[in-house]
Amino acid sequence: MPYRFREDIAGGDVAFEATGRTVEELFISAADAAMNVMVEKLETIRPDQKIEFEVAHSELDMLLFRFLNELIFLKDSRQLLVRVEKVSLEKRENIFILKARGYGQAADPLKHPLNVDVKAVTLHRLSVKEIAGEGWTATAVLDV
Amino acid sequence: MTIPSELIKISDTVWELPVTYKPGMRVPARIFATEKLLREMDDGVFEQVANVAFLPGIVKYAYCMPDGHWGYGFPIGGVAAMDPQTGVISPGGIGFDINCGMRLVVTNLTYDEVKPRLHQLVDAMFNRIPSGVGSAGFIRLSPEDFKKVLVEGSRWCLKNGYAWNEDLERTEEEGAFPGADPSKISKRAIERGLNQVGTLGSGNHYCEIQVVKPENIFDEKLAHAFGLTIPNQVVIMFHCGSRGFGHQVATDYLELFLGVMEKKYNIKVNDRELACAPFHSPEGQDYFAAMKCAVNMAFANRQVILHRLREVFSGFFQKSAEALGIRMVYDVAHNTAKLEKHIVDGKSRELLVHRKGSTRALGPGMADLPLCYRETGQPVIIGGSMETGSYLLAGLKTGAGAFYTTAHGSGRTMSRHKAKKMYRGESLQKGMEARGIYVKSTSWGGLAEEAGAAYKNIDDVVAATEQAGLSKRVVRLVPIGNIKG
Repeated sequence: MPYRFREDIAGGDVAFEATGRTVEELFISAADAAMNVMVEKLETIRPDQKIEFEVAHSELDMLLFRFLNELIFLKDSRQLLVRVEKVSLEKRENIFILKARGYGQAADPLKHPLNVDVKAVTLHRLSVKEIAGEGWTATAVLDV
Repeated sequence: MTIPSELIKISDTVWELPVTYKPGMRVPARIFATEKLLREMDDGVFEQVANVAFLPGIVKYAYCMPDGHWGYGFPIGGVAAMDPQTGVISPGGIGFDINCGMRLVVTNLTYDEVKPRLHQLVDAMFNRIPSGVGSAGFIRLSPEDFKKVLVEGSRWCLKNGYAWNEDLERTEEEGAFPGADPSKISKRAIERGLNQVGTLGSGNHYCEIQVVKPENIFDEKLAHAFGLTIPNQVVIMFHCGSRGFGHQVATDYLELFLGVMEKKYNIKVNDRELACAPFHSPEGQDYFAAMKCAVNMAFANRQVILHRLREVFSGFFQKSAEALGIRMVYDVAHNTAKLEKHIVDGKSRELLVHRKGSTRALGPGMADLPLCYRETGQPVIIGGSMETGSYLLAGLKTGAGAFYTTAHGSGRTMSRHKAKKMYRGESLQKGMEARGIYVKSTSWGGLAEEAGAAYKNIDDVVAATEQAGLSKRVVRLVPIGNIKG
């Protein structure tokens, strides 16, 4: 699994470490990790609606902050649980621009065995790093 | 955990980290706890309460309450009063869930009347009070109406038939902080909060039916004054806040403050979660006005849930809510910042008091109390775990030393992940049922994470607040039914 939960960080909330060969893969893993905090089995989220969004920031860790916040926003404003399938990243004038594509389905306890609600992404130990020869890794703590 | 060697024992319940603990601390940090509770605190508490002492304008001490544990920026249980002229406002000192709080409601029902139909009653509550991931409330609001909620809080509920007059009197600040300004709120925050009024949320948020057993009354006179007058009386307690809306407000301003803190105001902090801005700066004032919107949304949220509870009980027992005596004891906020007058070194000063995971606890005779509690002191509602019980306390005059603040709950000692590994929701539910507590949740995993053993002993926490002179025990409340997201 390209992510694991870290019980040694922020015990009252949920911390995860995600990995990917590329930054794009890393962000998809991070999206699944955040979603898996809320939904027991990710495969229960079916493609009812297409989702597309874009976020931008000059720093990769804050880009992840905004990316994960977008997923939380979709869950609260449209009650949607989301799987991100494709991420593309480009850098324009020192700003990273991330485009995400995927699908979502309205949260329903009968269809999706639910865990705990994610309410915010925190800045505590938030990091996105490249590890030489191994790819990318990110740590994030979610407020539940 | 390791207690720092620099920690000085001031009394049996007060411990101090001097300014020499970390270079840059402007004031000492003080922790209220018995030695037992102190030893149970995680390392994060000491580091974080010391980091709070770095913030510009902090007055007297950075405090941590007996239920203190690791938080973001501030510890949970953190209290810091700032000089409004020279000091800062920090979203991390208030928390993401702005005005997460507790409400206690009495009924004139007894345990014997409820017990035979407890399951059906809890099921009815569960079916009518939305909870859990992605849940939406029953009130449909336009963005313009939602903005009225943000300004008027519980007053909006009264105008729209979701409150009784006396509910407002029994809510901190009468259910609305003045000065809320929706123009300081992002469109995203409004979109997140629009359909969340009247929803419980998940995690450690719950609505619980409890019993006041005669042997659990510590102060008969105060219990009576707070409306607890019948042996084995049934009461309802609930815990929730400003939902996604408050979190979005906190997130928006955390990012904004990060951008200006160092560049514009030359303030350096030890942790990004302590991002702050001078209180009187445009950014500080905007956040203060936005935070008040979230405070008021949370008051309205709890008020609409009370309305729903009155409907459920009324339908279930075929009597009006008035005939069932479903009356509020009080509603207290946990995560706020407020301008308050306090006596500091013999002088009256206006201070911006940040309380994060801690409760205001005004002592008897204080002008900010409603008339009905002027003599008793403020009711303080402390929620314990769903298995062990909760408390109603009263504020004390001796609380002045902590800006009239006390604990807010029992505080976690076990990580969510570990609790989920150790307990299974289904067997936890069965075990609790055998002990007379019927719990219903949208999530088995979420239930396991809230197991009683994941929390500190609530009896120890409230006893410590009493010993420290912060609040006084009135009654211990025993859970019999619980719904959670």
